[in-house]
Amino acid sequence: MTNKTKNPPIDRIDGRMKVTGGAKYFADFELPNTAYCVIVGSEIAKGAIASLDTQKAQGAPGVVGVFTHQNMPPIPGWDAPVGGEADGPAPKPKTEETYRILSSPKILFDGQPVAIVVADTYERATYAASLVKVTYTKQAPRTDLEKHLSEGVAPKGAEGGNYLRGAADGYKTAPVTLEAHYTIPVEVHNPMELHGILAHWTDDKQLMIYAKTQGVNATQNAMAQAFKIDPKTIHVHTEFMGGGFGMGLRTWPQETAVVAIARKIGRPLKLVMNRSQMFTLVGHRPYTVQTINMGADQAGKLIGIAHAATAETASYEDFTEATVNMTKFMYACPNVSTRYRIVRLDRSVPIWMRGPGEATGAFALESAMDEMAHKLNLDPIDFRLRNYSETDPERNRPYSSKNLKEAYQRGADAIGWKERRNQPGSTRDGGWQIGYGMSTGVFSAFRWEASARALLKADGSLTIQSAVTDIGPGTGTALTMIAHTVLGVPLNRIRIEYGDTSLPKAPTQGGSAIVSAVGSAVYDACTAIKTELMQLALKAGGPLAGQQTDELTLADGVLSVSAEPKKKVAVSDLMQANKLTVIDKTKDSKGSPEQEKYSMYSFSVHFVQVRVNPLTGVVRVSKAVSVADSGRIVSPKTAASQMIGGVAGGIGMALTEEAIIDHRFGRFVNNNLADYHVAVHADVPAIETIMIDKPDPIINPMGAKGMGEIALIGFAGAVANAVFNATGQRVRELPITPDKVMQKLT
Amino acid sequence: MNPFQFTRVTTPKAAISAVTKESGTYFLAGGTNLIDLMKREVILPERLVDINRLPLATIEKTATGLRIGAMAKNAAVADNELVKKHVPLLSQALNAGASAQLRNMATVGGNMMQRTRCPYFYDPSMPCNKRSPVQAGPDKGRANGPSGCGAIGGHNRMHAIFGASNKCIAVHPSDMCIALVALDATVNVSGPKGDRTIPFSEFHRLPGDLPQKDNTLLPGELIMSVDLPTNRFADNSYYLKVRDRASYAFALLSVGVGIDMKRGTIQDVRLAMGGVAHKPWRLTAAEAFLKGKPATEANFKQAATLAMQGAKGYGENDFKLTLAPNAIVDALKTATKTA
Ligand SMILES: Cc1cc2nc3c(=O)[nH]c(=O)nc-3n(C[C@H](O)[C@H](O)[C@H](O)COP(=O)(O)OP(=O)(O)OC[C@H]3O[C@@H](n4cnc5c(N)ncnc54)[C@H](O)[C@@H]3O)c2cc1C
Ligand code: SF4
Repeated sequence: MTNKTKNPPIDRIDGRMKVTGGAKYFADFELPNTAYCVIVGSEIAKGAIASLDTQKAQGAPGVVGVFTHQNMPPIPGWDAPVGGEADGPAPKPKTEETYRILSSPKILFDGQPVAIVVADTYERATYAASLVKVTYTKQAPRTDLEKHLSEGVAPKGAEGGNYLRGAADGYKTAPVTLEAHYTIPVEVHNPMELHGILAHWTDDKQLMIYAKTQGVNATQNAMAQAFKIDPKTIHVHTEFMGGGFGMGLRTWPQETAVVAIARKIGRPLKLVMNRSQMFTLVGHRPYTVQTINMGADQAGKLIGIAHAATAETASYEDFTEATVNMTKFMYACPNVSTRYRIVRLDRSVPIWMRGPGEATGAFALESAMDEMAHKLNLDPIDFRLRNYSETDPERNRPYSSKNLKEAYQRGADAIGWKERRNQPGSTRDGGWQIGYGMSTGVFSAFRWEASARALLKADGSLTIQSAVTDIGPGTGTALTMIAHTVLGVPLNRIRIEYGDTSLPKAPTQGGSAIVSAVGSAVYDACTAIKTELMQLALKAGGPLAGQQTDELTLADGVLSVSAEPKKKVAVSDLMQANKLTVIDKTKDSKGSPEQEKYSMYSFSVHFVQVRVNPLTGVVRVSKAVSVADSGRIVSPKTAASQMIGGVAGGIGMALTEEAIIDHRFGRFVNNNLADYHVAVHADVPAIETIMIDKPDPIINPMGAKGMGEIALIGFAGAVANAVFNATGQRVRELPITPDKVMQKLT
Repeated sequence: MNPFQFTRVTTPKAAISAVTKESGTYFLAGGTNLIDLMKREVILPERLVDINRLPLATIEKTATGLRIGAMAKNAAVADNELVKKHVPLLSQALNAGASAQLRNMATVGGNMMQRTRCPYFYDPSMPCNKRSPVQAGPDKGRANGPSGCGAIGGHNRMHAIFGASNKCIAVHPSDMCIALVALDATVNVSGPKGDRTIPFSEFHRLPGDLPQKDNTLLPGELIMSVDLPTNRFADNSYYLKVRDRASYAFALLSVGVGIDMKRGTIQDVRLAMGGVAHKPWRLTAAEAFLKGKPATEANFKQAATLAMQGAKGYGENDFKLTLAPNAIVDALKTATKTA
């Protein structure tokens, strides 16, 4: 069984396809007679369209139509919420404003679509779009969260509630206290692949969609609601995604608009947005300001933590995330309070970005833990161990599994933590100062509902099907590995089909939940096949009659008696004897009731060594070690890749990424990949990944927990802590750019 | 992108006459800057004259030093043995710029002529005097956009601390040009009125009241080559680039240093800074101070203080007032191997 032994490292099943161009992304699909569209975005952040002249654009070569609020085809389900996460468009609480694309002259955010220009080629649509003339009546935009912090409102829903354990101001009674403010700027997912959609109404009732979505079923549902048609008439295909990081977790209004226009013009219609539109039309990590109050005693025991966060959202939609959650349960602390507020600004709506909420919160909490350890003159790991929570203090129940102590130890050994001096600025190498930092990350381990189908053919080949999209983490590889482990079918005889609504329903790829959710369904479907094979072998007159199920082994297409390997039957013979060409099982996985009795989390620990030039303020991450405690590792290679990608993203979050708004205009000024700095190779050292690889006995039969988010969560804090250790400079505002670190010449 | 005419030429003469004949005509070299500007509608050429076939890509030794053709690719110059041996500062500066792919396309002439990276300049919906020296009228459409300086009072983290005007505070973004100005290069140009040579320090200009003018090249003039005089700086030269990420980012600021050292004493020195002014910024006062002095940290600090005279911040870029002297000291220490 998967969870008893470690899984071998296997190559990514789609690796060759991806590097040879065989993997098709949404924009790679070409349909006959396709038209192309380009969005014209608002050049103001608040106000209204005063005049709109589309005449020149209409007359430009190849133009099929120019759609604005004056002639946008109706979307019958507008007032059903468009969008939503996971399986359904969970309606967002209504705010005073509503945003319905191309439905009114009102402008609510920078880049809001004011026209969609359709032409027979992308180039012609681009040119025609430049001919659309728009004038605006401007209003002063409110986009600066720092200036509107007092306008925070408690959002509806679980994330808006205040949390209290013990006394709210318990920290004040402690002998050692600190108060610190931490800021995270707007970050943009910026995957390589641009966002968009290709929509084709094969007739007025049948819709085919190729999209950049993290969940084909979610897109299907959203479109069904928007167009008031039966989801069964909508076919969505997204097998591969060139990076999502959260931006594809909902259906965006412009996607719906493209579908509506495609119906109107009676042609397939493709949208591929440009890079600057990636900053305004597909969400971002919200600018968030946090305050942590912390108190501890001289023995290094936490007395109290109060964690407050305020984040931006749009005027027309409340976006919330679990920014303060980690503080509730991470450490054994008697007095804990959290508070989360959002401020509605003239901004486009945020969306989850890798390590959503928790990555923001962990930067604050784990920086504060480091600050407190310093005040107490304790080693930061030691301080964490003194406050280690063996059981979940928030819900008063056990963790399904937690091996964080081992993770601290192994990471510390790997980075060479013993070289670290507690006194900041103690280690030098020429003109450079060296520091070490660490931080903890955590994310809920979910097990959502999902279904999968497994088909074992008499020729010994196995096909696995699920609608889930592989956004890049190696989902297909992990699912293949799970099937292989249950049925013993050689890896090269397993075929996996996914990313299509014609396949069994699956949740949206997100929340690090897919191995657990879809993996469980694959496990169940394969186990059902295995059970049937055994029944056939064991039944009266069967080749292994008289044996018991638990005496049998299934491997390499042969069912045998474990103790007497000579007693065996080939699966193909068994199937032929029973006149079966295929055994076909579909399973819905729902999770088990004991899940309610446990708290389930994946944990990570990040360690970094930095080199800082005190004159120029330049920070280089010179070593990085990330340790994952996420249950049994299903696919070690792709899991390590996930961690490496998370660390690269974490370095960007720590040192370089910031989408800058000029608040006079409420608009971005660095909305391109030259000026918005994602980490490049030169910023990223060799990364060591360590997997604890111990099965979680509760969560699912594989014992596996998710790992996409924990790879990033906490990393930025580790870098900030290392910069402090190197220099004595505490940077509480990300990113840690040279100007924040350089020291005055003396 | 707007429709435009395209002409390919094979002689400098043809290039010059094509550009002189019609207004709105631009030379096209590597295209790494010009094409971006066209896509963003900052510049709307009527015609491009492709000069990639001009025989101007050689790098050769001359009686007085080195001559580098205007069409030599940035990568080819950086990797050239003569350059690495005689003017390693130039090689270092080039390799600090852009990315390998861009350096393979970008040319020496194009690099000198590249426009500022001020974000307001690149976005025709934002105010900018450099892009729109006069307020755009309705007939001018959106190509020019509003005038004014978006960076003053706005996002100006990357902007100038020396020689700016109330019309424009942009910086020249090139790394290569910092090495060239430090090394006393001269620029050979050819134009409708004949050939002339421009000292590198006079090639680019300060914004003053004409922020639209980056340099002193006259209409129709083509950069033919750059000359570098022989020098004694090869053993002690260093290009320090401080940037927001380790590669593929423009300089917050940079320092180019070349030193002729004998037994710990600075015989002669060249110092220039990038990312601080509308032109590559030569630090002549600091050079004069250091000449003849021992290479000590105290002297470097004093030189840095002198270099900062007249510096002025505009808000977000105030940190450069601290970073610049730090970087000068750091670069001098590294170049003199006293770090
Ligand atoms: C993402 C990005 C990052 C970059 N990072 C850096 C960096 O870190 N440091 C750096 O220094 N640069 C950087 N660059 C800029 C790069 O160096 C310039 O784009 C390049 O040098 C321009 O050369 P080109 O040959 O492509 O010029 P083109 O784009 O072809 O031309 C630029 C201008 O020069 C004119 N021109 C070209 N040749 C001549 C000539 N012989 N005579 C007269 N006029 C001429 C053209 O008419 C045009 O106006 C970056 C560019 C990009 C796109
Ligand atoms: S600094 Fe110069 S280039 Fe930038 S906005 Fe002002 S005028 Fe334009």
